[in-house]
Amino acid sequence: MIDRIRNNQLWQLTLANILEKVREPGVLFWGIGFPILMSIGLGLAFTRKPESVRHVALISPDTGTCTIILKDDKLGNTTFRLEKMSWEEAMVQLKRGHVNVAVTAGDSGYRYHFDPMNPDAQLTYVRLSPILNRIPAADLIRDPVYEEDLSAATGSEVDALTVTGTRYIDFLIPGMIAMGVMFSCLWGLGYGIIDTRSKKLLRRMIATPMKRSNYLVAMITVRLVMNVIEAGLLMLFAWLAFGITIQGNIPALLILFLAGNIAFSGIGIFLACHTSKTEIGNAFINVISMPMMVLSGIFFSYHNFPDWAIPIIKPLPLTMLADGIRSIFIEGAGFAQTTIPSLILTATGILFFTVGLKLFKWH
Amino acid sequence: MSPSPVIEVRNVFKSFKTVQAVCGVDLTILPGQFVALLGPNGAGKTTLVEMIEGIQKPDRGEIRILGKLWKGYEKELRKIIGLSLQETRYIEKLTAWETLRLFASFFNLGPERVEEALQLVGLEEKRKAYTVNLSGGQRQRLALGIALINHPRILLLDEPTTGLDPNARREIWEILRNLRRTSDTSMILTTHYMEEAEQLCEQIVIIHEGKILKEGTMKELLNEDPSLKNLDDLFTALTGRRLHD
Ligand SMILES: Nc1ncnc2c1ncn2[C@@H]1O[C@H](COP(=O)(O)OP(=O)(O)O)[C@@H](O)[C@H]1O
Ligand SMILES: [Mg+2]
Repeated sequence: MIDRIRNNQLWQLTLANILEKVREPGVLFWGIGFPILMSIGLGLAFTRKPESVRHVALISPDTGTCTIILKDDKLGNTTFRLEKMSWEEAMVQLKRGHVNVAVTAGDSGYRYHFDPMNPDAQLTYVRLSPILNRIPAADLIRDPVYEEDLSAATGSEVDALTVTGTRYIDFLIPGMIAMGVMFSCLWGLGYGIIDTRSKKLLRRMIATPMKRSNYLVAMITVRLVMNVIEAGLLMLFAWLAFGITIQGNIPALLILFLAGNIAFSGIGIFLACHTSKTEIGNAFINVISMPMMVLSGIFFSYHNFPDWAIPIIKPLPLTMLADGIRSIFIEGAGFAQTTIPSLILTATGILFFTVGLKLFKWH
Repeated sequence: MSPSPVIEVRNVFKSFKTVQAVCGVDLTILPGQFVALLGPNGAGKTTLVEMIEGIQKPDRGEIRILGKLWKGYEKELRKIIGLSLQETRYIEKLTAWETLRLFASFFNLGPERVEEALQLVGLEEKRKAYTVNLSGGQRQRLALGIALINHPRILLLDEPTTGLDPNARREIWEILRNLRRTSDTSMILTTHYMEEAEQLCEQIVIIHEGKILKEGTMKELLNEDPSLKNLDDLFTALTGRRLHD
């Protein structure tokens, strides 16, 4: 019985596929390491820390730093470092993003130079100017550290809410899971098939009694298993590092995840159905994935795009998958919200799969 | 009465857009016969064997394997044919043993046969080597092991020694000579090396621009004209070209 399974071609095809993948360090890195590293990087860059430091250029012929510390129990402490520098130097630092406001001190008080369209610069200005305007330039130079406690002022009117799911990382992780499924299917399945064809290995295999369906079933199964592992590790990481948990219905998430896999597996098979040139496969994958990476709201909300674009963006498979996963993760959604996207994704996958199979070039 | 042929090719044509790759080939292979298709690059050898292998379809004409057409008998015929394509790259990070194991499973064969095939082609020591790390000769022997895994009644090898050094070539020849002694497999091999055709095959078919120019044993081919010293001379006499430049 065991021997019959071991000699079974479906099992051997699956095994060969797994061995091929796990022995390729790049595959493990791009599938598992990369999304986690990206989440760490973006998560740290965009998560507000309780202590924040803002750098400001203070135009002056000499050098040195003056420090203004605003203490605030509710909003967190903010330290402004006013670095003395020449105007030319300040322009360089502005371009580099090291400072976003330059301050000049004149007889009639301070003047603030910054890009009013930059919200971060605006915030620096709004928070710094009321304090700085009360300190004459001469005092600032004599006593370069100034501290003020604002807790009492803000404390009375600000209520600190701790709502889960409103941080950038909460937005990002579901998108990363969706993106992982897309890339894994397009590269692992689509590119994998084209590569096998370009090696003439596909042709060699179908010149045996191998059942063609077994080859595809093995490829798709291995993809699905790898995607579950990849998403699982990313979620485990997100939970450990950022305390992210799933608010909504887990069975609904599983079904949506499966539907996403079906959709992108179908697209992967479709893009791989004819060509035996890996360069063409590469181009196909970029043409399919890059627009969705930008439009589908993986890194930032697609509501930043003009209104007329939204109806085009929403039906994209990556948008549907990312929105669905996000709604389950952070809005506590369940089958009521995800059944329709799951069905559409499944139908998309089946459609592409059927057409791809019709056009499939085995040799 | 002569035995019924294992392969019959009748008036077969195949063209690609502007190129006539095979035009009007007739060929009969008898059981146990080793036949060489000898011709230069572009002669149409690959196209012809791939049509016999059922991988490409002829535009015109008929191909029968053991009396059966490919259409309708594919499943049955695949089981009794062993082949190697002109160039196949196997899964890079799969070992020689695992690669044979995979192909064995397509024929419902187990690890015992994998072991036999490994020995048959002398790759026991390389069983754990990834295919990407095999030398050219070892890779061709692996391809031959795969071709032989199902005890094929018909073996079709497309340029099995092209690009190999003389030593590696002789190793392959040795394996095929053994096979000829110990089994009743029929074989078609394509090559542009006249020594290979001479060494391995009783029947030599000279093919050029999609047509068969001459066929027969070495004796029959060279006896016609005493000035011909070898097959290359014969090819030059027939076409004004050499087998390879
Ligand atoms: N798939 C193809 N598309 C276009 N032309 C082809 C194709 N396969 C072979 N040919 C052409 O057919 C001729 C015979 O090729 P081939 O059978 O590969 O010759 P050989 O194997 O003897 O070198 C060549 O001119 C080759 O360029
Ligand atoms: Mg050829």
